[in-house]
Amino acid sequence: MIEINDLQAGVEGRNILKGINLTVNAGEVHAIMGPNGSGKSTLAQVLAGRDGYDISSGSVSYNGKDLLELSPEERVREGFFLAFQYPIEIPGVNTTYFLRTAVNAVRRHHGREELDAVGFLKLMREKIALLELDESLLKRSVNEGFSGGEKKRAEILQMALLDPKFAVLDETDSGLDIDALKIVANGVNQLRREDNAQLVITHYQRLLDYIVPDYVHVLYDGCIVKSGPKELALELEEKGYDWITEEQAV
Amino acid sequence: MVASGQNEAVDRLLSALPVVDTEGRARFAELGFPAQSDEDWRFTSVKPITELNFTAAEADTTVSLEGRMFSGIDGPRLVFVNGHFSKTLSAINDLPEGVEVRNLSAGKYSPMSGVSDAFGVLNAATFTDGPFISVADNVTCEIPVRVYYLSSGSEGVTANVRGHIRVGAGGQLTVLECWEGANTGYFNNSVTELHAGDNARVEHVKFQNEHAGAFHVSGLHASMSRDSRVAHHSIALGGRIARNNLRAHLNGTGIETVLNGLYLPCAGQLIDHHMVVNHAQPHCDSHEYFNGILDDDARAVFHGRIHVHKGADKTDAKQTNKNLLLSDSATIDTKPQLEIYADDVKCTHGATIGQMNAEQIFYLRARGLDEEAARRLIMHAFAGEIIERIQCITAREELDRRVWDRLEETSAP
Repeated sequence: MIEINDLQAGVEGRNILKGINLTVNAGEVHAIMGPNGSGKSTLAQVLAGRDGYDISSGSVSYNGKDLLELSPEERVREGFFLAFQYPIEIPGVNTTYFLRTAVNAVRRHHGREELDAVGFLKLMREKIALLELDESLLKRSVNEGFSGGEKKRAEILQMALLDPKFAVLDETDSGLDIDALKIVANGVNQLRREDNAQLVITHYQRLLDYIVPDYVHVLYDGCIVKSGPKELALELEEKGYDWITEEQAV
Repeated sequence: MVASGQNEAVDRLLSALPVVDTEGRARFAELGFPAQSDEDWRFTSVKPITELNFTAAEADTTVSLEGRMFSGIDGPRLVFVNGHFSKTLSAINDLPEGVEVRNLSAGKYSPMSGVSDAFGVLNAATFTDGPFISVADNVTCEIPVRVYYLSSGSEGVTANVRGHIRVGAGGQLTVLECWEGANTGYFNNSVTELHAGDNARVEHVKFQNEHAGAFHVSGLHASMSRDSRVAHHSIALGGRIARNNLRAHLNGTGIETVLNGLYLPCAGQLIDHHMVVNHAQPHCDSHEYFNGILDDDARAVFHGRIHVHKGADKTDAKQTNKNLLLSDSATIDTKPQLEIYADDVKCTHGATIGQMNAEQIFYLRARGLDEEAARRLIMHAFAGEIIERIQCITAREELDRRVWDRLEETSAP
């Protein structure tokens, strides 16, 4: 699905990612954990194609394509998706209109017929139930005035609508209470299939009780310093990140 | 103090225009064109107007209504071409009971007092004609009344038009204005009086799409009585210099008024909204929302003064001005101003000036929209905030399409 090789990237001359190596295959869920400032969000942003990052070396092969050569929108149309840590508010842009435009941009790319208002509403009703979101949100402006939990659930709704092959969830759990977390995790789990993959970035082990990963990676100072099965997350929870830090120092 | 070059311009202007009121002409000669030392004109120089080779605008029968704004609406319309009433283009038969729609000069009319700024005085002293719309007490005029101000003149051709709108107590009316012109350099100076009686409902939409090389100065003087609801929407696209003097007088209690505007100047244009909202009585709400999108070296001015007089307690006055600058050379001067002489009032004002938000664009691209589509969507949304306040659905939809077309042109690389 995706193969990241020696990815080095930074911003304003400061190197943040110092050689990331990671392979995710179809049907897998990987988790990346790490302390603040380890480069988790930078990795997500670089994969999504955010401007302003200098990629100094490395490559990202995504289903045989050079991901880094694609524009952000091309990545999405090719099945990449990033659930934002901080979803952006866009006052004046109606949520339904926005979602339909997004879905149709992807459909068009694949030569599929665009959905009209009725067809889209049908699709949306089906997906919105999954996230237990209030339909009235769809009449509002994109993310504007949404609570923290609503924003995160709306991100997963977008994911459900766009049906990506490879989704990165950037701290989707942060700021959620346990009920909202369960809803979000349940939504993500229902989207899990043999032909897609997910990369879950989180600061807390708690999320991984609900979205159970196949592999856990620890990101520290721009490198993946430890990888292991899901039990690694529990170990991190128990010992904290200091354990990794100390191990690194030695 | 009027500079000598100004004197000369005033003389040239007055000698070109018809004599309606000798005293008024003398008064304008005394006031002269406003200078930038006048605080109300600080950001807008009228020098290009003073340099025009003034001639009085004449009637023209070759102008048509083909493809004009609000064409999807049936009902009465008044059409003025170069400030002169066009009987052939107008449609004022079959008016509802209690609704009077005619040109001013066809009947009795005397200008309201208290319009004391130079252009207002000039207008009263020299106007040719204009719309006269009157709705009797407790009459609801279901269909919007349209007023077209069309110009076919060029360099220096000057028209002064005067409008009168009166809605009686408990009456209801929607007026849709459309300003359009074909050539560069003409000068329209208008004043519209709007009188809203007790408990009246008035929606006034002004679509200003003058030629980008034309000059447009217009005053809206709205006098509102107790419990009336008056909404004014200014959708301003045209004019090399387009100045809107909006004056709202909230003279009774329980009034709610909305001044709502969108300005989209392009290269070489200056669009100026200058408003004063006077709260004279308690328990009134006034809300002003103005958004602007500026491209190239376009300029815009927003001046909003809210004046809460002594005794106007429980006033709720809100003012926002938001600007989207698409280029480094675009300029906006924004000046919100509150003058409060009453206790227990709620007054807020705020102005923002920004470039296209890079985070919003990235977010949209991260959902599959290309960059152009993302930029257009954000611009459209910014304009849409204003347009969606228009209650008259047909007018709103037509305006929305026209503004969308304009933004497409603007955002075209």
